[in-house]
Amino acid sequence: MDKETENCRNVNENPCNMCMPMGAILPFKGLERSMVIIHGSQGCSTYMRRHIAEHFNEPIDVASSSLNEKGIIYGGEANLKKGLDNLIKLYNPGLIGVLTTCLSETIGEDVERVTLEYLNERGQLGDLALVTVSTPGYGGTHTDGYSRAVQRIIARLAKNTKKHSRINVIVPNLSPADIREIKRIMHLFKIEFTLCPDFSDTLDRPFERPYKKIPEGGTRLTDIAKMSGASATIQMGITVDDSISPGRYLASEFGVPLYNLPVPMGLENTDLFINVLKKLTGDTVPESLEQERGRLLDCMIDSHKYNFQGRSVIFGEPENVYAIVKTCLENGIYPVVVATGSKSGKMTSLLKNELNDYRGEIQFLDEADFSQIREESIRMDANIAIGHSDGRFLTEREGIPLVRHGFPIHDRVGGQRLLSVGYVGTTMFLDRITNTLLENKYKSYRKSMYQKFYKSAENSGSVAAGLR
Amino acid sequence: MIAMKATILPDAAIEGREDFIRTKGKQKSRLKCDADSIAGCVSQRACVYCGARVVLNPVTDAIHLVHGPIGCASYTWDIRGSLSSGSELYRFSFSTDLKEEDVIFGGEKKLARAIDELVLKYNPKLVFVYATCIVGVIGDDLEAVCKAAVRKHGIEVIPVQSSGFAGNKAAGYRAACDALLRLIGPVNRKETKKSKCINFLGDFNLAGEVWIISNYLRQMGIDVNVAFTGDSSCETLKTAARASLNIVQCAGSMIYLAEKMEEIYNIPYINVSFLGLEDAAESLRKIAGFFGDLKIIRKTELLIEKELIAFGGEVQSYREKLQGKKAAIYVGGGFKAISLVKQFREIGIDVVMIGTQTGRQEEYETINELVDEGTVILDDANPAELEKFMVEKGAHLLVGGVKERPLAYKLGIAFIDHNHDRKHPLSGFVGAVNFAREVYSTVCSPVWKYTTETWDLGR
Ligand code: SF4
Repeated sequence: MDKETENCRNVNENPCNMCMPMGAILPFKGLERSMVIIHGSQGCSTYMRRHIAEHFNEPIDVASSSLNEKGIIYGGEANLKKGLDNLIKLYNPGLIGVLTTCLSETIGEDVERVTLEYLNERGQLGDLALVTVSTPGYGGTHTDGYSRAVQRIIARLAKNTKKHSRINVIVPNLSPADIREIKRIMHLFKIEFTLCPDFSDTLDRPFERPYKKIPEGGTRLTDIAKMSGASATIQMGITVDDSISPGRYLASEFGVPLYNLPVPMGLENTDLFINVLKKLTGDTVPESLEQERGRLLDCMIDSHKYNFQGRSVIFGEPENVYAIVKTCLENGIYPVVVATGSKSGKMTSLLKNELNDYRGEIQFLDEADFSQIREESIRMDANIAIGHSDGRFLTEREGIPLVRHGFPIHDRVGGQRLLSVGYVGTTMFLDRITNTLLENKYKSYRKSMYQKFYKSAENSGSVAAGLR
Repeated sequence: MIAMKATILPDAAIEGREDFIRTKGKQKSRLKCDADSIAGCVSQRACVYCGARVVLNPVTDAIHLVHGPIGCASYTWDIRGSLSSGSELYRFSFSTDLKEEDVIFGGEKKLARAIDELVLKYNPKLVFVYATCIVGVIGDDLEAVCKAAVRKHGIEVIPVQSSGFAGNKAAGYRAACDALLRLIGPVNRKETKKSKCINFLGDFNLAGEVWIISNYLRQMGIDVNVAFTGDSSCETLKTAARASLNIVQCAGSMIYLAEKMEEIYNIPYINVSFLGLEDAAESLRKIAGFFGDLKIIRKTELLIEKELIAFGGEVQSYREKLQGKKAAIYVGGGFKAISLVKQFREIGIDVVMIGTQTGRQEEYETINELVDEGTVILDDANPAELEKFMVEKGAHLLVGGVKERPLAYKLGIAFIDHNHDRKHPLSGFVGAVNFAREVYSTVCSPVWKYTTETWDLGR
């Protein structure tokens, strides 16, 4: 392979990221009675729905303004307004996210103006809130789209209110199970909080009858309105750029103190989270949490020698990658390739700081695609991969087992149920990793030892071949 | 106790949608179809690019290069179950990953460099360059870039005019067929006319379906020249004009190509379907009949007899268990919908709702003739309509794609995956058994016992 061609970036070969509007849909799915309309061609919304539905195994209803040639030439305003009319008729939502796409951005649609006009024209739409987010697909990854949407939602809904004692919790793209675990920990501390966006119920809903078009659950809009008066914000988003950081926004606009933390995964990161809760409540750590921490430590000891054999390649969204790398480092599952499809100078520099006295070589890949990740994984002799389903070629082509984590997981069930945060979640995550390493070892060690060491007097070659 | 009321159905009627929905026997006027989706209706349709990609993606040794922003390539990477007997290049997703500056200044240079890079790295014989919506707006001249690349590299570089907003999936099928036509080279028709060699249009070799049908034909003494496009390659596609007959399965995507090939190369075509025992047998007879060769006809009868002995009994046994159940169908094209009605009949199931994303008028007419009175027929449906009619009509199962699956499950309804990412064949006699078995596995699963039972919460 030509070295020169690898580094110029005219081709993305097997992408490690998705586009902005896709990421922006998720937070809207975590709000009470909320819907989304995508201003663009029909295909964008259908692709995104399909992608999200496969991961969560939930119906994902997202409308489209179905722009066609006429809309492109004369402007898509009429389509968007009609789309809003129909969406309201079908779903009667309390809030609608209006997302742009490559197409609507390129033809210069001003969705903010159109939506304001729409509300004026239609008059009696009650409390319906429209939240526009500029998300040109070419402008960034789904991770950027997610943060942008959360920030816009808060900026649109938060009002000047009286100070109160609730705490804001802002989460990145975690699994519904993870969000539930964070809520459980908050409840253990008896803290009143507003978690945004909360898709723990809406994207992992129980089977129930009758079916509801918009699932119950999600952050209450009235609670978001009051996030501005909260006594603090805990944001799990240390890799998020300040310009699109919802927590920063609440701090600079309303003076809400910000605790910007990593995802509470791994012992150290979870300790950070718990310590902030301790500080904010002035309480001691609940006994049950102490036990959970003790069990995690016990698990780490039980597995440490197996883990030490791991050479990991870690990829996905920056916030998740940061948390996994830290967890791996704590457990001796040394990372050899650390990659994200996003532009994330921040994640890399944060990690490099942490790794000041780490001796091993780590290959950092920014704005990476899977052709690079694959090449580096081979070069660095990785033996375990941790990330979303799109890394499956690492297994199929290179035999590196993949522990699925993050989004999207479309070739296995249960992505929405994967628990990886807090002491309990970390324990379960670690077991998944360790067991994968063990399985891989059991699969091959008899053969590999035989091939390495068994030398019969004559015919050693053919015996080994016969066993293969 | 959990309340077991039926779903409360809001009035889902959207202005303009009523023309797209018909109940057999109730309305006289024709169903409207082949129109743009109505904004805000949550259509299940995809875009032009998607249609083109579905058709071309199975071409195994091609570089499939998406000229556009990353999302479009990301969502279509290796999500299809087409199999290859040779190259695996088609399973990679290549994108020019257009960024803001490319949108402003144009993406032609980047595209040209991308092709150069890929040719150097993979040495392909064929590159398909797909246009996405934004390319249509910024006005990149794909044709010119591809032409220059052909001159530079001496390989086939074919633009696919699949800009996403100009129509729907069906327009994408056409764009794909146009791209394929450019690949087919002229041959001496005199020599080939009498050969027993046919092209198989509209099969994408999902889970090896092209292989299954080719095996049947071979036993009949007929060779498949090339399939469009399952397990095809640049070389084999080029020779398509050699065939003496085109058989067309997925008509929605391929009838255009068949007509063009008849016009240009004088190759006649017939419609076939290998879904279900009855259709499979009938189609094989039709092909044999075309050649009119007694030897072939005899071999065909022997084959059908053998296959029916092997698989007919099992299908029959499922029929006994499934008799009287009601099915809802919502699939991409008309061909599949029509075949499914017949296939359900084979296993004793009635169709109570049927719709497609991109069915054509004549296909809807056939559907209307086939189904029972009272069956709801609808074009370009949305989740609200699917829910409404499935509940109203008491469907026990839905056939559909990935997006429809969770809706069915949430409604407590069984589901059949009939899409391009499935991993088991539904074609041919063996496929008919797979189908019946899959229907049985979902309709008769023990899980539904618990979803219909009420749970005493002691409240
Ligand atoms: S990249 Fe742009 S055109 Fe493609 S799916 Fe995303 S928003 Fe739509």
